[in-house]
Amino acid sequence: MAISDFQPVIGLEVHAQLLTTSKLFSTAGTTFGDEPNTHTTPVCLGFPGALPVLNERVVELAIRTGLALECKVNERSEWSRKHYFYPDSPKGYQITQYEFPICEWGGLTLDVAGKRVQIRRIHIEEDAGKSVHDAADGLSLVDLNRAGTPLLEIVSEPDLRSADEAVEYLKVLRDILVYIGVNDGNLEEGSFRCDANVSVMRKGAKDYGTRCELKNLNSFRNIKLAIDTEIARHVEIIEAGGTIEQETRLFDVNRVETRSMRSKEDAQDYRYFPEPDLPPLLVSAEQIAKVKASLPELPRARRQRYVEQLELSDYDAGVLTADRAFADLFERCLAAVGGPAKKVSNWFLGEVSRLLNETGVKPDAVKFTPQQFAALLAAIDAGTISQNAGKEVLGEMFATGAEPADVIAKKGLAQVSDTGALEKVIDEIIAGNAKNVEAYRAGKVQVLGFFVGAVMKAMKGKGNPKVINELLEKKLKG
Amino acid sequence: MSLADLTLAELSEQLAAKTVTSVQATEACLTRIAETDPTLGAFLKVDGDGARRAAAEADASPRRGPLHGVPVALKDMILTVGLETTAGSRILQGFVPPHDATVTARLREAGAIIIGKTNLDEFAMGSSTETSAFQKSRNPYDPTRTPGGSSGGSAVAVAARQVFGSLGTDTGGSIRQPAALCNVVGLKPTWGRVSRSGVIAYASSLDQVGPFARTVRDTALLLQAIAGRDVADSTSADVAVPDYTASLEAGVKGLRVGLPREYFVEGMDPEVAQAIRDAAKTLEAAGATVEEVSLPHTKHALAAYYVIAPAEASSNLARYDGVRFGHRAKDVKQLRELYDRSREEGFGPEVKRRIMLGTFALSAGYHDAYYVKAQKVRTLIRRDFDAAFTKVDVLLSAASPTCAWPLGEKLDDPLAMYLMDVLTLPTNLAGLPGLSVPTAKSSRGLPIGAQLLGRPFDEATLLRTARALERERTLTTWRP
Repeated sequence: MAISDFQPVIGLEVHAQLLTTSKLFSTAGTTFGDEPNTHTTPVCLGFPGALPVLNERVVELAIRTGLALECKVNERSEWSRKHYFYPDSPKGYQITQYEFPICEWGGLTLDVAGKRVQIRRIHIEEDAGKSVHDAADGLSLVDLNRAGTPLLEIVSEPDLRSADEAVEYLKVLRDILVYIGVNDGNLEEGSFRCDANVSVMRKGAKDYGTRCELKNLNSFRNIKLAIDTEIARHVEIIEAGGTIEQETRLFDVNRVETRSMRSKEDAQDYRYFPEPDLPPLLVSAEQIAKVKASLPELPRARRQRYVEQLELSDYDAGVLTADRAFADLFERCLAAVGGPAKKVSNWFLGEVSRLLNETGVKPDAVKFTPQQFAALLAAIDAGTISQNAGKEVLGEMFATGAEPADVIAKKGLAQVSDTGALEKVIDEIIAGNAKNVEAYRAGKVQVLGFFVGAVMKAMKGKGNPKVINELLEKKLKG
Repeated sequence: MSLADLTLAELSEQLAAKTVTSVQATEACLTRIAETDPTLGAFLKVDGDGARRAAAEADASPRRGPLHGVPVALKDMILTVGLETTAGSRILQGFVPPHDATVTARLREAGAIIIGKTNLDEFAMGSSTETSAFQKSRNPYDPTRTPGGSSGGSAVAVAARQVFGSLGTDTGGSIRQPAALCNVVGLKPTWGRVSRSGVIAYASSLDQVGPFARTVRDTALLLQAIAGRDVADSTSADVAVPDYTASLEAGVKGLRVGLPREYFVEGMDPEVAQAIRDAAKTLEAAGATVEEVSLPHTKHALAAYYVIAPAEASSNLARYDGVRFGHRAKDVKQLRELYDRSREEGFGPEVKRRIMLGTFALSAGYHDAYYVKAQKVRTLIRRDFDAAFTKVDVLLSAASPTCAWPLGEKLDDPLAMYLMDVLTLPTNLAGLPGLSVPTAKSSRGLPIGAQLLGRPFDEATLLRTARALERERTLTTWRP
């Protein structure tokens, strides 16, 4: 037997922080990196008598996510308490959704294989605070700024069959969440977190193997590494005649191994029961319809439209749609230019991307307008400025929002297309280079380049190369 | 006669007429407390300075309504900004709330003067006010006996004319039972009628804040001030609050009163049973019709209650961990030790008993057999009431199966103590309003209260019925 005789089976649980300004059940803010314990109210601190009050914005974002992931949005869901003692859990329980989640049974399609992965449920819950161990003198400190921040837990079916598929699922999921504006997609900072349930079974077997849950996966690279490491561990144990124990394991990226965190027997008894401080969460069909109407085109559909309707390559479509604001800017500029899409796409994949990357400016905050962008391209088309000068003009428009015509005038970038002026220079150069004229006429057409260069030099770079070419060819041919 | 002997409504009239001041009324209360509380133990904390200051302000400001300038007391489950609130537990000793409960704020807005915080069973878990970590309270009508509980201090303070009204909390009878034992009126409103925000939780789905007063009218005035939707409590109901005094004197002509057969329980004091039959006759004489009704699942209520209430309590009390507020064990090295010792030292035996009971009832493997089953019973009990209220408008029973018993008598017998709530706790399971009104004086000179139960949000009918009974008795003038 070998690893290739086994079929890995993977299911993923993603915790995505929702982009709200206040917490799930309190008015405290959700900004990170501030002084510890400054974004807390009696609700966040679990004070006696403090009651949760639902942030309605969270419900809207949860519905949005459910619809984007093709889930059924339940008109009635319920809150439950999940109990455990830990200092970062100030009430001694977490308010979550257990038996009746807000969304169920949806899915998403992977890009590469076009494979569909089912999503079993999406529920809303509150995040815990943060424990900082060994902060000073062997003490552990607790920061409750994050306590009560809204999370969505998105649980897939065990439909994934390799670490690569798992990573792709996560990338597609993250793109969708970022696209619809519910999550910032940041794995490193923990606003998009993942636990993986991994098992293996012999190929052709019907029943899944015993699964282990992997935690502490904070980058796509680590997720792939952790899953592959765990698969290999399972196969090794099974091949040696052993059995897999159901347990939770922690991935150690330095040693590239997973370590047991707690066994099934040690698993916490969370003692769930319905949260008596909150009425059931009721969502009307109208509310769902309203959120649906506000949902943007999702990345996959947009990409397909770019390929099919705009006739762009898969590559161009992929890069253009990777970021929603970038794609929006592209579409606004394309509409102003009128087409073809490929020409606008080239500018976006080239100069526009470069400027955004260099400056860190967000696509929805660029200073130039689509009309200005269209005017720039029109100036190039008309030969008023060269392609290279156009890049310079765009740089200035990007930096200041200036009108392209003003930039061209101010920088003196306009090309000379006036045939009279050009002809005079060309005639002088032809007269002064008889030898090369002869060579050209004898069939050595490459010499044309010499003439073009000479004319451009004489024009200090401002001659319209297209006109120069035409005039030169005509005159050289005699 | 001291000013403190006036009813709330009488004092209110005199304050309105400016024949007395709030400062005078407050001083009368403080004097009465100084005289009687060393014996009675109603108060855990008397805020003399704060009360005097508030009274002076009330005297200097435009009248806001019937509670303006009226001294009241709050059960120590109800948060008061800047004033220690302990729930009668060592684990909260020294806890000074950063804000008022909604009910506290509403009373202050209405101009009421908060005199102090009253004694209670620890975290409201008890029926005699004896599980308080700090002191015992005594029944003003016989100081060798219990005032009932858990809101015993609030009942005593009103009965002993220490204040004009008070607030308690009622999770299984903790307002109605002590009211009955202390010859005062106590009202547990419909669950959701009064905000629980800032009220320390015992069992959230059962807890409700309500008033104590010496007359039905006073009770109505207090309820008026605290009832109504509060955005800080998502379970507070968005149901209009009627004028509770408007129909108070309308009488009971045509009112259909039901006597639940199952509420004449085994072991009940025959004098109490007779007092309830007498009350029924009084109402009948006043024009009501009386019929016997059945609430067939009543016998399962106690068992269901002692699963649900402890289950919720085990959850609500998880936050007392020594980390952020309240008692923290000293010299601990490990987290687990911090939890174990802080809770071991901070909680008393009855609280520990209920936490363990509730934790067990919610545990994997037992959850369905206990918690889920109890919820089913709860549904059946609610249906019993729904069915009864298709036939009658109010239900009449005793609030407590016996009169006040000697202090210490049931303290070591939890089950006997739990049985003292048997007539009141089904109401909490069903979320209905209930009221206890004085109806008789026993042959040994102890108070007997009649319990009235009504439809959701129909407190007005309970008050009107209680008033009809009160009018035919002379118990409001029976002073301890």
